[in-house]
Amino acid sequence: MIAIQVSQVTKRYGSLSALAGIDLSIAEGEFFGLLGPNGAGKTTLISIVAGLVRATSGRVAVMGHDVVADFRAARLALGVVPQELAFDPFFTVRETLQFQSGYFGLRNNDDWIDEVLANLGLTAKADSNMRTLSGGMKRRVLVAQALVHKPPVIVLDEPTAGVDVELRQTLWAFIRRLNREGHTIVLTTHYLEEAQALCQRIAMLKSGRVVALDSTRALLAGLAGLQMTLRVSGELPAFVLAHRIEERDGSVLLRLAHPADVARVITECMGAGCLIEDIEVGHADLEDVFLQLMSDRRDPELSEPESRAAA
Amino acid sequence: MTASSPAIAFRTLLTKEMLRFWKVSFQTIAAPVLTAVLYLLVFGQVLEAHVEAFPGVSYTAFLIPGLVMMSVLQNAFANSSSSLIQSKIMGSLIFILLPPFSHWQLFGAYVAAAIVRGVVVGLGVFAITVWFAPHSLAAPHWILVFAVLGAGIMGSLGLIAGIWADKFDQLAAFQNFVVMPATFLSGVFYSVHGLPPFWQAVSHLNPFFYMIDGFRYGFFAQSDVSPWLSLAVVALALVVTAGIAMALMARGYKLRN
Repeated sequence: MIAIQVSQVTKRYGSLSALAGIDLSIAEGEFFGLLGPNGAGKTTLISIVAGLVRATSGRVAVMGHDVVADFRAARLALGVVPQELAFDPFFTVRETLQFQSGYFGLRNNDDWIDEVLANLGLTAKADSNMRTLSGGMKRRVLVAQALVHKPPVIVLDEPTAGVDVELRQTLWAFIRRLNREGHTIVLTTHYLEEAQALCQRIAMLKSGRVVALDSTRALLAGLAGLQMTLRVSGELPAFVLAHRIEERDGSVLLRLAHPADVARVITECMGAGCLIEDIEVGHADLEDVFLQLMSDRRDPELSEPESRAAA
Repeated sequence: MTASSPAIAFRTLLTKEMLRFWKVSFQTIAAPVLTAVLYLLVFGQVLEAHVEAFPGVSYTAFLIPGLVMMSVLQNAFANSSSSLIQSKIMGSLIFILLPPFSHWQLFGAYVAAAIVRGVVVGLGVFAITVWFAPHSLAAPHWILVFAVLGAGIMGSLGLIAGIWADKFDQLAAFQNFVVMPATFLSGVFYSVHGLPPFWQAVSHLNPFFYMIDGFRYGFFAQSDVSPWLSLAVVALALVVTAGIAMALMARGYKLRN
């Protein structure tokens, strides 16, 4: 079963193209990451999946239910943790969750509400008014609201933005458990180490297009080799320049195919009379993959589909 | 857990909308009741000896149903419009947009809550003002029909204004420049028969006039126009406002981009 099927989805706001033909297929039970810089279209795409925004063209289905034609079934199957910290100031935490459960047409749901409260460390705050909660606690309630109808598909739009370490760990332990129990998880985050640790598969969006879609392992393998950050005084030799990815704060970032190249860089620098002031060598991580894809200067509107971009 | 029921979803939203105003009842119920009583004290005192709107009916007695209905209408409007704009601005509208509500359910719950608030405030105004003048309830069914239909119109109009407005300022403009003049100039404080012919004709173009006049008929069995004509105009106004509100919700205008 496909949990979320996105087919040729576009979204235009006047002359601005927010999504320029997105195709994605997320299988049931996956832990899927949706990454991209601000303005890439992640939240617009999630909003279309959730029925908060209507696509200009294309089709989206959640657990096989079209989000427009069969919106009732699609929304029952979906829980969304929104990015913005919103709350209703009139009610307590428990009332908020009971109302949200009722909105989904459920009754006798108190056992599950208690379980969600306990798993998110909210039990002690259950009878507190929403206004009195800290930002982190309000974020927990947002997560609880998304889970209150036990949706098979859960979308978290930057759920850990500005929250402390404790909540992150509590949240990820709970979400991992839900994923193990069969829930499909879709996550957007700016914390790439989180995505690398949690997601089995990742799509990267840029300017409203999918520029990479693969398993996290394959994306990292695409950048096999080593990354070297080097700070020198003097002119860099040609060998070093040939491996340069970018320059930052007086340092150059190099990508090297083999460990033996590390010694060669040092030898070449010394031979050219450069003084090495600082050197750091490590493996590529998701952040490097992300930076490489996002710093690609070709205009995605004009470029041919890249071999790694999946449709 | 049982299967999802649209009836439970509707009932939950209605309950939440009613609790929303009930939890701040000092502001949403007590304050408008006090305002209406002040109108009665001031206008009743000044005009009691000078005006007899209907034969055999004192001015204060005439004024009471007008004030009750004005309170019903204004508070029904305030309820749906303020709920919607507040949740839009606070961002909490998302909790209503994510669940599987149809536009019928959303419309029904918001307007029903608006009717309840209007009627509760109206009962409050009546319960206090009734002690200021002898009263009659000649045809209570007309009172109920016009209160409910009038509040339904204003609840729908509140939804339209709440959907359209992007900030409180725009909603206040709608309330102060449309709703207030239309209710004040509808015959709450006077019988339109006392107006010059031109202004009588203008008053007959104002749907609020028919809401007040029909409602007042329920008290005195006297009115400026036939209650059946008022009922027809009010029913038509309800169909139009409800139709517009539901069409906006079905399209997701300013709600689902």
